Amino acid sequence: MIRAIALSLLLSSAAHAQEAVSTYAAPGAAVTTPLVVRSTTDTEIFAPLLDAFVTAHPGIALTYEQWGSNALYAAALRACDGGGDAQPDAVISSGVHQIVDLVNRACARPYTSGRTLALPEARRWRNEVWGITAEAAVTIYNKDLVPDVDVPRTRFDLLDLLRRKPESYRGKIATYDIEASGLGYLFAFMDSQQATTFGGLLEGFARVDAVATCCSAEIISSVESGKFLIAYNVLGSYLDVMANGRVGVIYPQDYTLVLSRAYMIPKSAPHPEGAALLLDFILSPAGQTILRRNRLVQSAEPDQTVLQDSIQRTIPIAPTLLVAMDQARRRIFVGNWRAIFGEAY
Amino acid sequence: MPSGSPHHRWTLVSRVMVGVLSLLALGGVVVALASFAYGRSAARQAFDPLLVGAAQDIAESISISDGAPVIDLPVSAFGLLSLAPDDRIFYAIHGPDGALLTGYDGQDLPERSGNPAQTRYRDGAMQGDAARFVTVSRLFSERAYSGRVFVTVGQTMQARRAMALDLTRRALLLTALGGIALIVSAFVVIRSAMRPLAVLTRDLMHRDPYDLTPMQAGGPAEVTIMVGAMNRFMGRLDRQVGAMKNLISDTAHQLRTPVAAIRAQAELALEDEAQRPQRLDRLVLRTRSLGTLLDQMLSRALVIHRIDNAAPTPIDLRDIALTVLDSRDHELLAPGKDVQLQIGEDAVMALADEISLTEAVRNMLGNALRHGTAPVVVGVSVDGDIAAIWVQDTGPGPPDAVRAALGQRFERTAASKGNSAGLGLSIVAAVARAFDGQMIMANVPGGFRVSLTLPLKQQDTP
Repeated sequence: MIRAIALSLLLSSAAHAQEAVSTYAAPGAAVTTPLVVRSTTDTEIFAPLLDAFVTAHPGIALTYEQWGSNALYAAALRACDGGGDAQPDAVISSGVHQIVDLVNRACARPYTSGRTLALPEARRWRNEVWGITAEAAVTIYNKDLVPDVDVPRTRFDLLDLLRRKPESYRGKIATYDIEASGLGYLFAFMDSQQATTFGGLLEGFARVDAVATCCSAEIISSVESGKFLIAYNVLGSYLDVMANGRVGVIYPQDYTLVLSRAYMIPKSAPHPEGAALLLDFILSPAGQTILRRNRLVQSAEPDQTVLQDSIQRTIPIAPTLLVAMDQARRRIFVGNWRAIFGEAY
Repeated sequence: MPSGSPHHRWTLVSRVMVGVLSLLALGGVVVALASFAYGRSAARQAFDPLLVGAAQDIAESISISDGAPVIDLPVSAFGLLSLAPDDRIFYAIHGPDGALLTGYDGQDLPERSGNPAQTRYRDGAMQGDAARFVTVSRLFSERAYSGRVFVTVGQTMQARRAMALDLTRRALLLTALGGIALIVSAFVVIRSAMRPLAVLTRDLMHRDPYDLTPMQAGGPAEVTIMVGAMNRFMGRLDRQVGAMKNLISDTAHQLRTPVAAIRAQAELALEDEAQRPQRLDRLVLRTRSLGTLLDQMLSRALVIHRIDNAAPTPIDLRDIALTVLDSRDHELLAPGKDVQLQIGEDAVMALADEISLTEAVRNMLGNALRHGTAPVVVGVSVDGDIAAIWVQDTGPGPPDAVRAALGQRFERTAASKGNSAGLGLSIVAAVARAFDGQMIMANVPGGFRVSLTLPLKQQDTP
């Protein structure tokens, strides 16, 4: 059975859509430029990066708003059509398909610099959206409660486990709610593109009454507490911040989706040059080092044998993601999602 | 030859090169415009099929389920459109009633007139950017759903523009290279074609101004003609300069003796009172002879000038005979001597210069009156295709030794004793030569005849 745990804030009106607001400024500096960044990422994860940024640029006072991806998309679309107030200067979203759609609707402002042009083709489009991170979608499990033999190295292992021991894991498997979370939908959509295992996986989830819920942080802490035993498609970047030794991480060995968070400067940005500064800082070696330290950039380095190049499937920032935004396609997708679990409601 | 001032005058090579360059520049502009038009059409041909392919791909993905169209939007369609990597995409699927089934709002459906099955192309705009749209349709004839579903796919034109510009740039680059090659080869070709002119120019510039010898006539026809004309001109100049020199030298030579004689007679007349009347007679005789000499020398100079400068015209020889007689010079020259005219009814035409011919006949008559025996006859006759104008006296003619030398320029017979300059017949001979004729001296029944024969010009029969 799927139990949708919806976050009340996310569904409330757009004016109160942000979940949290924090500000960053160099101490004692005279502020000349206020910069508003609207993001889907938890502020703690970006805090080291933003602290370094305002230290490097003392004139900038940065306001960081944390939004749900769907609300963020809706607000940006409204702003693009000339509505809404309090426009952000930059938007960072894990709902990459939503940002690609905004760019396709001419809602973004182009910017080029040596650093943006150095990005690989798959991590930028039209010089209006850039992928600033590389975060793996991982499977996590509670090390104390899941025996070693049960630890699923691949999606096939997970499928077999759900067939073999449905009773042990009933109600103990968690994944994103694809309706509530833009990122959840994107991961599921990419999974459906990558392999036929996705259908079987959904069936397996249904068999054990998996839980579709929201938000990486919550899922991870639930796995840690033992409320869930295994969580599928969790952003690996949250783990070092959130988890402790009780949570085990698996990079699925059949393939590992890699998300590159999208950075966009809206057309209506009041301070686009500040937003460009932030982008260049994020892409600078210093910025990337901070992101790597916080696991927002995960690369196949020699000592990280767990994530190999050959199994990485980076979600490309490209117009093909527009398919994920299609209403009809989404209807079918969610329909299928529901059709499998529909009778459970 | 004047050297001119070639420094601030354009050479032929630079004129032609400027012409060639302007032609090439014009051609370059035409090629630029044409290649841009070609580039646009090539880009259209390259990218329109992508739109059609994507639209058809999407149309294929539509199925009918429970009486409603189900659109499983294919990723491949967008992959196809991503071949224009930086262009924004529009898509919309409309049902038979015009309702938007899925996709973007905001673009009008193309007009439904005409054959709805046809693929439609349209130029438009997406959020202010120029864009190209394609609409394909798919007909459903299910029990539960029938009608036409329209799939519209559009894309901005960045890639098309880039391709058109790239093609234009390549075409222009090639054209520029070809143009440079053309300019270089045109320069070489023109230079080599103009070389005979350059050679001619150099020859002329280095030529002695008094050098009237003919020039080398090499090179192409135009140059040969020019050199020929110049050579003819220089030849004439040369002859006239020669004639002038001759005239001066003759004059000096021939005037010296009579003038010395006149001075001697005058001095003797002054010294010797007894012989003065006799000396004065001699003086008058000498003076008259000098006058005749001067006449003849001027006449000869005139004739030589004429025959080199005046074009021959058809002349009736009878007119010449009449003119000579009408001038009554003979009455002054030889009073009392009888002169008769013998001409026919018909005109006797020949190609000659009237003045030269008149002068020649006048000299012939003068000779006959001076040396021959009256009566003297001036006549015109035709013998076959030879026309002749002649002067005949009843005397025996000059002795053979004299006759052989007659007609030479410096001939001055001893018998003439200063009374004749000996130039008269040389004028006749020069005129005859100039107009393809002959001077003939012959004894005829009843006397001695000097004839000037010319080719008869047949009269045009009207």
